[in-house]
Amino acid sequence: MQLDQLYQEIILDHYKHPHGRGLRDATDPAARFGEAHHVNPTCGDEITVRVATDGKVFTDISYDGMGCSISQASASVLHELLRGRAADDAATVHEAFVELMSGRGQVTPDEDVLGDGVAFAGVARYPARVKCALLSWMAFKDAAARAGVGVSPEVKA
Amino acid sequence: MTSIAIPSGMPQYDDVPRFDVARVRADFPILDREVNGHPLVYLDSANTSHKPRQVLDVLAEHYAMHNANVSRSVHTLGTEATEAYEGARAKIAAFINAPSVDEVVFTKNSTEAINLVAYAFSNASLRPDADPRFRIGPGDEIVISEMEHHSNIVPWQLLAERTGATLRWFPVTDHGRLDESGLDDLVTERTKIVSLVHMSNILGTVNATARITQRVREVGALLLLDCSQSVPHMPMDVVDYDADFIVFTGHKMCGPTGIGVLWGRGELLAAMPPVLGGGSMIETVSMARSTFAAPPARFEAGTPPIAEAVALGAAVDYLTGIGMRAIQWHEKELTAYALDALATVPGLRIFGPNVPVGRGGTISFALGDVHPHDVGQVLDSLGVQVRVGHHCAKPVCTRFGVPAMTRASFYLYTTTEEIDALVAGLEQVRKVFD
Repeated sequence: MQLDQLYQEIILDHYKHPHGRGLRDATDPAARFGEAHHVNPTCGDEITVRVATDGKVFTDISYDGMGCSISQASASVLHELLRGRAADDAATVHEAFVELMSGRGQVTPDEDVLGDGVAFAGVARYPARVKCALLSWMAFKDAAARAGVGVSPEVKA
Repeated sequence: MTSIAIPSGMPQYDDVPRFDVARVRADFPILDREVNGHPLVYLDSANTSHKPRQVLDVLAEHYAMHNANVSRSVHTLGTEATEAYEGARAKIAAFINAPSVDEVVFTKNSTEAINLVAYAFSNASLRPDADPRFRIGPGDEIVISEMEHHSNIVPWQLLAERTGATLRWFPVTDHGRLDESGLDDLVTERTKIVSLVHMSNILGTVNATARITQRVREVGALLLLDCSQSVPHMPMDVVDYDADFIVFTGHKMCGPTGIGVLWGRGELLAAMPPVLGGGSMIETVSMARSTFAAPPARFEAGTPPIAEAVALGAAVDYLTGIGMRAIQWHEKELTAYALDALATVPGLRIFGPNVPVGRGGTISFALGDVHPHDVGQVLDSLGVQVRVGHHCAKPVCTRFGVPAMTRASFYLYTTTEEIDALVAGLEQVRKVFD
């Protein structure tokens, strides 16, 4: 196995230095909130994702959780990619990430869309780890829906 | 080297039974394979054990030559299949020193065996004429422990929900031992059953059961021991342990998946109402009602896992041939070696007893802050197969304040070289995540 492909430097970097970690309250009292807590029952990993939105743009995406490098790095990348984005835009990125992770390593990621998310291409080749990578993204989707903003058609994780 | 003479009358070193591990390994075809370009280092036998050729051959031979349904056919094949199936039951009864062959009930696994007892309680509670020992309701208590596998937690939670009984549990000490200090308050006249793990699948702790058994007898409760992790690794004598029920599973003891055992005291099984209804478990059936067969048939509705039972009989023969005392001793040595070796790994924390006493060859640990999933992934890239996660014992992880653990577990075919490979692999993990 090519361990390097799984643990790309980008993933390890996000894991060791997560971006935007910690649940945050609103700065704008008018913001709508949605929060979702997801667990991976096979390994016990947990993540809570909270979104703040004005109805159009995700003004903040904050998170807290514990788990493996893949699940925690993926939350950091999620924050980086989707915070400040319009819902439509976020939906496109979300869909691309889910497609990449469901692709069993056969999908070539578009760096323009996925940014650091491309580092997870290697993870898609390890079925046991795909759930780790998707944990925060699925929690985000639920949180967004609770805030009244849909981001993605139904996907099978 | 100085030789030490042991006074006569004391156990001599030669008394410790031995076996040739290399020869044993040659019986297991899978141990020859490679994983990710490295020789397989299988340290996950607490999850499932490998199967020797002797067991695989019996499984294939049964289907190839003796395949028929059991307990109902007069033809020759049916007779052969029935004899093989019942022969396996007799082997298993002898293996655990059951006073009667009829005390061995075949199930799918330990989980099903525990559920069988739990559902017998709830079925008895619906029948006014049922044996009072199995009738349970509000005010009654079920006692388990914090170190149980989920399979010995959830069935009792569900029973408590169905009947209004209360679930209580023994805590676990910081050293991963059962905390018996509250025994007399925990096990009382209100207790109907104490269902306790014999050897923890996550901490490796082997529980001393004598004091608990004595208390259970004082208050007139029943005692079930979950022996899923002990029967494969040490001699078991149900008379000596004085339990009421024990459960274990075939696939952890060189047998196939899909076959497990509930052993119950004969007169208790006879007092238990059936759980699954269907063919083979009846005495007579009319359109309005049925009467039921005596145990064990009462609890084996439908066509059982015949070939699996026969192969489990072969597994018992295999283990007996090597000797359970010898296997236990081999694993004790491995455990002592592994505890010492793991202590040399910087930042490694062992959960559970850190001495090779009152524990088996299952060691869970944390490596610094590296998540067990990542530990397991790097080890896998080196061919080392360990289990990571909560090990179906989430309350134990919660008790020790971690979401998951990494676990290495040994069996008769495990070598000290494999433990060295684990330790070397952990160095690699540290390099990647440092």
